[in-house]
Amino acid sequence: MKISVVITLKKDVLDPQGKVIHQTLDGMGFDDVNEVRQGKYFEIDTKENDPKKAKDKVEEMCKKLLANLVIENYKIIDLK
Amino acid sequence: MKSSVITFPGSNCDRDMDVALKKFGFKNKMVWHDDAELPKSDLIVLPGGFSYGDYLRCGSMASKSKIMKSVINFANSGGMVMGICNGFQILVETGLVPGVLLRNKYLEFICKNVFVKINNKTNNYFSNIKNEVLEFHIAHNEGNYFCTKDQLKEIEDNEQIAINYCNENGKIEEQFNPNGSIKNIAGIFNKEKNILGMMPHPERMIDNCLSGEDGSIFFNNLINNLK
Repeated sequence: MKISVVITLKKDVLDPQGKVIHQTLDGMGFDDVNEVRQGKYFEIDTKENDPKKAKDKVEEMCKKLLANLVIENYKIIDLK
Repeated sequence: MKSSVITFPGSNCDRDMDVALKKFGFKNKMVWHDDAELPKSDLIVLPGGFSYGDYLRCGSMASKSKIMKSVINFANSGGMVMGICNGFQILVETGLVPGVLLRNKYLEFICKNVFVKINNKTNNYFSNIKNEVLEFHIAHNEGNYFCTKDQLKEIEDNEQIAINYCNENGKIEEQFNPNGSIKNIAGIFNKEKNILGMMPHPERMIDNCLSGEDGSIFFNNLINNLK
């Protein structure tokens, strides 16, 4: 099954890339943007077909490798 | 004194470190990341570079490589482990030292000489150094040290800050902070002070013809402290 994960920076962690993207959008005329935060997106295709088990495995992957929990949050957004 | 430098795919300061360690009397061995066992060592060095192309997060892949299990065991049993630049990033990813290293505040790759003030001399890395301030070289894109408020309190309470960015007189101020690091932190220890992670490269300051001599002070002192 396929599982999607989104990793975002925690609220109080500085995101200089998001800031520059915001400034650039602003310069392009998208001047109603309040804030931009940049994150990461993963699609994981796993052999596990049991949704609960697959989700648990991916959660473990997030904790051990995909995210650094000091600065990032992870969210499993889609199971197909 | 025996040392080992770990080479990961993408390490590029491993041979500079080898030259530096040998120059000051270490019998150094190069160890490949895919090896399982460490040679008998008094000091393990994780060198600078771009291990695994900095994929995912700098140091994250290298921190899971085969040899790191032995390095972590060695460190947890009190062995001296020093991570420079990418090596520091690998150390934070293993959790051996607290915090993380974020993109530099102004998003630029910084390559220049900096001054650092030694904050703690009650450890094998810096005890007996007469200088308060050393001039080292930095070259990094992700050196912006960050940790949570709770971690910072713990780091300060345990005197784990090793060195701070400063000016040549040792003044620690925001204007001398090259990358946005919390409290100008350039290097930190674990609680027990046998593990040191730092962004600056002492191995680039070991020859007066090429650079400066402050790295020589560091390595000379280090080997004498270990004898």
